[in-house]
Amino acid sequence: MTVSALPRAARPLLDFIALLRRNGFPVAPEQSLAFLRAIELLGPRDIEDIRRAGVATLAPPFERQPDFDMLFDMHFLGLAGALSDQVADSDEELEVQDEGAGYDAPLSDDVNETGQAATAREALSRRALRPGDDGRQLAQFSRHLPARLPRRRGYRMRSAKRGGGFDLQRSLRDAIRTDGELILLRRRERQLRPRAILLLIDVSGSMKARSDAHLRFAHALVHAAPRVEVFTFGTRLTRLTRALRLKNREQALGVAADLVADWDGGTRIGDALAAFLAVPRFAGYARGALVLVLSDGLERGDPAQMIRAVGHLAARAWRIDWLTPLAAATDYRPETAALRAVLPVLDSVANGATTERLCRHVLDLSRRRAAR
Amino acid sequence: MAVRGSVGGIDRPEKLAEALRAAYYLADDGFATAGYLALALGKPLLLEGAPGVGKTEAAKAIAGIMGRQLIRLQCYEGIDAAAALYEWNYPRQMLAIRQAGDEPIDIYRDDFLIERPMLAALRRPESTVLLIDEIDRSDPEFEAFLLEFLSDFSISIPERGTLRAHERPVVILTSNRTRDLHEALRRRCVYHYIAYPDPEREARIIMMRASSVAEATARAIVTAVGRLRQEPLTKPPGVAEAIDWAEAATLLAKTGAPWPEAFRRAIGVALKDEEDLAFIAPRLDAIIAEIAA
Repeated sequence: MTVSALPRAARPLLDFIALLRRNGFPVAPEQSLAFLRAIELLGPRDIEDIRRAGVATLAPPFERQPDFDMLFDMHFLGLAGALSDQVADSDEELEVQDEGAGYDAPLSDDVNETGQAATAREALSRRALRPGDDGRQLAQFSRHLPARLPRRRGYRMRSAKRGGGFDLQRSLRDAIRTDGELILLRRRERQLRPRAILLLIDVSGSMKARSDAHLRFAHALVHAAPRVEVFTFGTRLTRLTRALRLKNREQALGVAADLVADWDGGTRIGDALAAFLAVPRFAGYARGALVLVLSDGLERGDPAQMIRAVGHLAARAWRIDWLTPLAAATDYRPETAALRAVLPVLDSVANGATTERLCRHVLDLSRRRAAR
Repeated sequence: MAVRGSVGGIDRPEKLAEALRAAYYLADDGFATAGYLALALGKPLLLEGAPGVGKTEAAKAIAGIMGRQLIRLQCYEGIDAAAALYEWNYPRQMLAIRQAGDEPIDIYRDDFLIERPMLAALRRPESTVLLIDEIDRSDPEFEAFLLEFLSDFSISIPERGTLRAHERPVVILTSNRTRDLHEALRRRCVYHYIAYPDPEREARIIMMRASSVAEATARAIVTAVGRLRQEPLTKPPGVAEAIDWAEAATLLAKTGAPWPEAFRRAIGVALKDEEDLAFIAPRLDAIIAEIAA
């Protein structure tokens, strides 16, 4: 069926689908077909019929429903409108509500280096990342990681030598060969699959000295493990996974550095985590995952918000580890009210002062793998 | 793709809405259109929405008006083909082999096959509605496995070959949006997002579902629930909770509790999270005073 064979009335409908595609809505050919059939079925008696048929058969993602309506109005009703600025890159970056804008500490580098002064003020900035000297360490990490990823029980079964359950199907198949006599009991067990890993990196001013190294670590992790999601937070939440998938490290870090708009700004962990949990797609990444938070936990927003958010995150995650550079001191005790309050739901608070410690922490996880 | 135009006398979205109303389900125009299109195009209907907006109820109502049996497959983490499709009854097969002795015996007959929801719907598509509930809870692998079933409604059983439905079964999927579904799955379905109903419709739903509730109570509950949904709660009250709250408050009022008190004491059926209750406690009195006025 060529386009020219379609009735002329179908033209605007096909043009609409082309318009949707140009604006980043994935529309499959079978969906276009269903759309046309649906309109034929409905009559259509008025323009709302066409709109509803479009929503039902083209299934625009819920977050982009307003964009869909806007394009529809523009195309069929000739109304002008502006796409929301999320169109280009959907929800890769979302701004955290600016609640802590009232009070702030002076934002000078020498104070922040010690990690003592975290600020709630949003100070947007860009920066170029410095190349690090931890290349060899990370290469080693990437080599060892695949074998030592934390694992979960998967969906598929595979035959097992011992343990697991009886594989009645296979045993019976074999028994048929011996006239129904069961000679060999076969066993099977659930396959193990690597767990998802969610990496949350604090890029606020108080973590300034470490954030370059953290991004390099994230890049190594994304390439060594199959399911990794990376987000940065400070005063905003930014998803970096896609940028870090670039193979070349310098290139990937360059793209990532441009994506993050809140380098060395304030710290509002609670707001950022709440924003993370509010997007179902993001929150889903945490389900059953290993969550690594690279942060000093110096929260300057409302501690109650952070406590609530970390609680929800911990409830979804398989385990949640807080890796802070401050724990390098042997007598380290979590000091902020927020971090102290979330201690019970954290699986560990560990030393994240050097890349080597980070790598070792992740590699050691498989060794003390819980039975679950 | 079989376009049927009319299924069981339903040839327009309005007819479906009317029939659903008779089955005590109030559908808005969007839902009626999506539901009608799903039936007419022979595609699965994918319903998304917050918990408690009546996704499962919608499926029950559709099965009810079509006079069909509702087969429900509840998804969970780790659900597998044996729970969703079919399983061989191995102990019976073993016994049969022993009993048969030297006689040849076919151990892959129907009576050794344990039917699970998807196979049941495939075998009797004219008399069943298959509800795949809370698909977002299952593993992504299970979702991929569903694709084959949902696109050509066939199931491969290695010992028996491929079973194909002789007509397209009615399939309804629901998701609470705890994670995003795969694009390929959405593509195969007719999609509808069930939002919270507007206050007017919600009040009518409450009165329809709980006949003991007076109109004034229903409206008060709708206002209160609307306020609660604007708060950042872990689990905002859905339509089901609103109905329960209205019923519980009415019951308490009948046993002699004054109205504001009845609303307050029944809050436990609307908010079922200790954290949420603690969070809302300081403002609850104000909300209740407002609606009781």
